[in-house]
Amino acid sequence: MKKNGILSRLFMALCFLFLYAPILVLVVFSFNASKSKAVWAGFSLKWYAELFQNEMILNALWLTLAVSALAAIISTVLGTAAAIGFRNMKHRSRSVCMTINNIPLTNADIITGVSMMLLFLFGISAVNGLFGFKWRMGFATLLIAHITFDVPNVILSVMPKLRQLDPNIYEAAQDLGDHGFHAFRKVILPEIMPGVVNGLIIAFTLSIDDFVISYFTAGSQTQTLSMVIYSMAKKRVSPEINALSTLMFVAVVALMVLVNLRQTRQERLAKRQREKLTAQ
Amino acid sequence: MKKKLIALTLAAASVLPLAACGGSPAAENGVVNVYNWGEYIDMSVLEDFEAATGIKVNYQTFDSNEALYGKLANGATGYDVIIPSDYMIGQMIEEDMLEPLNFDNIPNFSDVVPALKNPEYDPENLYSVPYMFGILGIIYNPGMVDEGEDMETWNVLWNEKYAGDILMFDNSRDTIGIALKKLGYSYNTTEAAQITAAVDELVAQKPLLQGYVMDDIFEKLEGENAAIGVYYYGDYLTMADNNPALRFALPREGTNRYVDAMCIPKGAENKENAEAFINFMCSTEAGLKNCEETWYSSPLLSVQDSLDPEVKADPFAYPDAAFMNEQCETFACLPAETRTLYNDEWIRLMNS
Amino acid sequence: MKSKAISFPYVGWMGLFVIAPILIITVYAFTSATGGFTLANFQDMAQYASAFGRSFLLAAVATVVCVLIGYPMAYYLARETGWLHRMATMLIMLPMWMNFLLRTYSWKFLLERNGLINAFFDLFGLGPFQMIDTQGAIVLGMIYNFLPYMVLPIFSVIEKIDPKVIEAAQDLGANSVTVFRRVIFPLSLPGVLSGITMVFIPSVSTFAISRLLGGSKTLLLGNLIDMQFLGGAYNPHLGSAISLVMMVIVMVCMALMNHFGDGEQGVTL
Repeated sequence: MKKNGILSRLFMALCFLFLYAPILVLVVFSFNASKSKAVWAGFSLKWYAELFQNEMILNALWLTLAVSALAAIISTVLGTAAAIGFRNMKHRSRSVCMTINNIPLTNADIITGVSMMLLFLFGISAVNGLFGFKWRMGFATLLIAHITFDVPNVILSVMPKLRQLDPNIYEAAQDLGDHGFHAFRKVILPEIMPGVVNGLIIAFTLSIDDFVISYFTAGSQTQTLSMVIYSMAKKRVSPEINALSTLMFVAVVALMVLVNLRQTRQERLAKRQREKLTAQ
Repeated sequence: MKKKLIALTLAAASVLPLAACGGSPAAENGVVNVYNWGEYIDMSVLEDFEAATGIKVNYQTFDSNEALYGKLANGATGYDVIIPSDYMIGQMIEEDMLEPLNFDNIPNFSDVVPALKNPEYDPENLYSVPYMFGILGIIYNPGMVDEGEDMETWNVLWNEKYAGDILMFDNSRDTIGIALKKLGYSYNTTEAAQITAAVDELVAQKPLLQGYVMDDIFEKLEGENAAIGVYYYGDYLTMADNNPALRFALPREGTNRYVDAMCIPKGAENKENAEAFINFMCSTEAGLKNCEETWYSSPLLSVQDSLDPEVKADPFAYPDAAFMNEQCETFACLPAETRTLYNDEWIRLMNS
Repeated sequence: MKSKAISFPYVGWMGLFVIAPILIITVYAFTSATGGFTLANFQDMAQYASAFGRSFLLAAVATVVCVLIGYPMAYYLARETGWLHRMATMLIMLPMWMNFLLRTYSWKFLLERNGLINAFFDLFGLGPFQMIDTQGAIVLGMIYNFLPYMVLPIFSVIEKIDPKVIEAAQDLGANSVTVFRRVIFPLSLPGVLSGITMVFIPSVSTFAISRLLGGSKTLLLGNLIDMQFLGGAYNPHLGSAISLVMMVIVMVCMALMNHFGDGEQGVTL
């Protein structure tokens, strides 16, 4: 393939400008001294200070992190197990399972959201009626909903790794005297680990970013960060949210840069070692 | 890859302790779950309440009576105090969605202006305690309309000169109400033909609008992104604080005076705490703080007396009885079939 | 680990939380508030035909623009060597780490009458233009939010094309246009198809974007459903019927597209 010319470079630059311009605006206005989004009233860090006083936002942040982490971990376990089980199924039942697994992926979020809401309302009123409980939608339903849309993504991420797995490896491990879970942990898990970790990260990201499904399944007491932002976005998003998002964004960028630097260094080291080896 | 994960967890962990230091006082006397309009309180009042009673406040906001109703109709129990407007309270009483209050626990109710007691929407005053009231009007930017333009009429919202610069309400009752007044009808008409005619007016108006808004009107008018909008006088004062050029006009066809009142929904789990909360909100200190933060009109006598005389004398903030009777009409609770008609007609407007 | 039993917990989970909700929504769509069987919900829907049309039209426009922008972007990124190529996936995904509602909200201030874009035009004595609260703003919001979903799959497919295939084509005398038309484009088609799905479905069902950027003037299917479940027009039966119809239409669209896409691929290869 040919190298990119100046025009195609310019095009890419414009595309990235399009993707990052709103973020830049957000970050800049998190340092605005006034509450307004229209007028620049001077540089100030006061929204960062106020952020840590704002209980509503901090509670929502807590809840979002908790539900995302829990959902990501549970769905990684559930999804990895399911992916392995699916591999062992006969072709027919495997494809049925994969089709059902794909439903949450291809369905519009709003439909997943409202249909789960109806299920929860129905299930909860049935249970309350039968046992006289006082259940209502809240953290538990939110978590269930998040797991439901996280698992298919974990499975999609683990499946290719399983397919690459040499079927003889496992048998070899058993021949060597390893059994059951031990063999799984020692032999299979290390092989599919990149897929599992990738699935975990994807699940966590999706959960953090989700709004629509949480909006319908969180009930009246629980509010994720996205829901707080939505309720604010219809009036005035308080600049504390800008400050929080800037912090989160900076944390992610820093993390990515670190990971990237490490990778580059490792690659360079590996290259140097190879060169050394060939020189010998 | 494993390292990547650890790094990610560390990053998350570094945020968590910060979140924890927002810390809440121990909820030794239980909690109260409050559901209020956005930008409708001085948040420090909640801390005062927690300090005074040891009851922890969970505070959430909604942005329209319809949204509140939707949440409750959905079986969303779990709120202890809600603050709907007049007509919605009437509807909720009718649908048995509210719990009668124990006024023994709300001694501060005696401070409420007599004229606001036993209102139409709650004739025996069993279910509600007024929180704030106010009147609706036209807020505009004189720099963006013609000089000498007659602003004291709803007709200006249909003026083609200002196409793209007009803002209307994003809820059926207020918006259809404005069109009814423009046509000279009552807010509370149940005649289908009048309501349909009003919505026809709105359909004709839609191309002239910049948008249907609720609280986003603040940014729109303060930032001079639109010329004319309709909203409440208390909000006008807040906006004028940020942009002194803005003006308020009262349409002579008549306007709406609303009352938002505190209620306890059916099945509330912390009823006594809710009553303690309502009582606290009716205290002079809390009322004064809220009043100064939101600029709405307080229904409490002691608060009105402690206000700056200039504010107290403001005819739009604390109108006299004659003015209220001549110029203002409150929303009454409409019968069920009219409400269905409102919904259908509103969707017709939205869908046009 | 030959056992398939290990997947049973999730199979049960799917039954309970994937299949059951869809059954319930179907039951709701065919019943009235009193519980009896009815088709009234579907008959009522006729008046919302224009909302269906509008949603599908706006989503289609957004999807087409996403292909037109996203394809060249992915293609150029894949051709880059060095840091830009290595960082490409990260750079495209990074914005998604900032809450999408917040990013959409931020467009409001760019698009307002006194927003940054109009201020920019003002430098040249142009404007101000009415951009916010229009259907254009909604489409822009869709493109902005979902463009990464178009770029990423196309990028990853193009990136995997074996350079030897291209060299072979060139050796056979193909010029660069022919190479693109006969080799790269057909091979990247699966990426485009999955990109279209990933952009179209969230676009056609959005309610937040139209709410934030459309000034509530444009009623989309998502808004209609939201109103039936958590809004003033509370009627979950009608809402379920609308959801069901939307789901079926989207499924048919996607099946048709995939079928057509496969055929296309077969022909050009």
